[in-house]
Amino acid sequence: MHPANSVIFFTTATGAGYGLFVWLAVLALMGILPQEQAFSFTALLIGFGLIVGGLLSSTFHLGHPERAWRALSQWRSSWLSREGVMAILTFIPLSLFAVNWLFLKQTTGAVVLFAVLGAIMSLITVFTTSMIYASLKTIPAWHNVWTKAGYLVLCLMSGAILTMALCYGFGLTDQGYHLFLPAVSTLGLALIAKLLYWRHIHAGKPTSTAESATGLGNFGKVSLAGSPHGEDNYLLKEMGFKIARKHARKIRIIASIFAFALPLILIGIGMHMLGGMHRTAAIIVAALSCAIGLVFERWLFFAEAKHVVTLYYGESKV
Amino acid sequence: MTSLPKTAPAKKLGLVIDLDICVGCHACAVNCKEWNTGGKMAPLTDLEPYGGKPDGVWFNRIHTFETENEAGTSRTVHFPKSCLHCDDAPCVTVCPTGASYKREEDGIVLVNEDICIGCKLCSWACPYGAREFDENEGVMKKCTLCVDKIYNENLPEESRVPACVSTCPTGARSFGDLNDPDSDVSKLSAARGGFALMPEQGTNPVNRYLPPRPKKTGPTSPDDKAPRMLTHVEANDDKAGLLASWVDKILSA
Repeated sequence: MHPANSVIFFTTATGAGYGLFVWLAVLALMGILPQEQAFSFTALLIGFGLIVGGLLSSTFHLGHPERAWRALSQWRSSWLSREGVMAILTFIPLSLFAVNWLFLKQTTGAVVLFAVLGAIMSLITVFTTSMIYASLKTIPAWHNVWTKAGYLVLCLMSGAILTMALCYGFGLTDQGYHLFLPAVSTLGLALIAKLLYWRHIHAGKPTSTAESATGLGNFGKVSLAGSPHGEDNYLLKEMGFKIARKHARKIRIIASIFAFALPLILIGIGMHMLGGMHRTAAIIVAALSCAIGLVFERWLFFAEAKHVVTLYYGESKV
Repeated sequence: MTSLPKTAPAKKLGLVIDLDICVGCHACAVNCKEWNTGGKMAPLTDLEPYGGKPDGVWFNRIHTFETENEAGTSRTVHFPKSCLHCDDAPCVTVCPTGASYKREEDGIVLVNEDICIGCKLCSWACPYGAREFDENEGVMKKCTLCVDKIYNENLPEESRVPACVSTCPTGARSFGDLNDPDSDVSKLSAARGGFALMPEQGTNPVNRYLPPRPKKTGPTSPDDKAPRMLTHVEANDDKAGLLASWVDKILSA
């Protein structure tokens, strides 16, 4: 599948943004939501910035962005529509949380309720995003449980690291320390989920073959003898993206190092061997490395996925 | 509404494509383009039509496959492919706007271009590559089964079939109601073992493909060959005009 920049930014940015709100809700539940307005302002700015920026960027690849509102109408059947509806509904508790926390300076009471409600709806929104991809039977690399697991755990992971980096950035070492375990465990879980995902998509039995696509299996092995046209058409440009598969192994290693391994090492070193400014620096670098790694991971998620239509264009099995 | 029709369409209009007859001449694709670039989904935009990398929207594309069995026998099969107007069309249910829909009256799958946002998700959901994005118009386009031709009362009745069907020089394409077991297309499909493409995708396509007939095996007799020369038939002058018959008589003498 063609990896559109707008969709890569949309899925990674909203994932981290929603994840940030999830961990803020956890801090609120623990009763340690920071009171400092500089922190709440920055956290909300980054959180809403990532979500709103991501959602807006997802409309950039539309042929008619001005009609985007129409996408909210078919929630009965379409996961894309459900995602749009959930994203908008989620703004309600998140905004109430923001107002109570930032302007009313609440750290207990109603603000906790809104935070928790917002966190639950954030996770549902991320789930609906994952279902846009996981519901497509035509792309076996997406049509599996690891796609959903991956989106959810990567949201929690990027959110945890982001929240932790923000806490340390503002010198809130108590809250930051409480996020140490969540960050490390979600990093581990995410690495496992992605490794299982990659194992699944490479070991998985083919869903469809050139024989089932043409119905000519009775006559033997089917291969393409003549393409309908000399140049790539829309189908091949959108769904026949091949560059990634050539470099899939290398990109997988780059993604694993930047998104999971390096952050784990940096957080480990930062928390155990460093202190003060150095610890903060290590955790911020870990968050940046994670962001870079996630872009590679998401790029590969799209680029590596084969679509069954390629069976009509020379692939033998998908 | 992008949910599929609640009651199954009474009619299921579709195509039966005979892979035994198709010679891969691309005439159906060309006439499809010709009709539809002025039809409901018009225009069928071309990009760089005279440039280095010509590209454009087509509803029908002709592939050529080769099969080879263990005995080393191979065959070439020309394979036209357009929208199969599936009963359980995934392109319809994924559409977030309701632009993509399946008609209750005849099962034709169409796109309402006025509300399509061009998100391309339907083209991802379709296993057959039946949907193509129009870069210029920013909307998705697809085969309409020539909905503007098959019901067009300004056309003589025999012309009210999709453009690809009316143009096929070999008669490899048939059009009709595949829900009616007594229709010509249903009978043809039943008689020849018509099959669906990628049944494992669960789309339940309406269109059927007829497999190539088995090759003749065993010894061949001289009778199998095409005649070397056609039998000469005397010009039949019954219908010729009086003058022509007279001239013929004089000159033949």
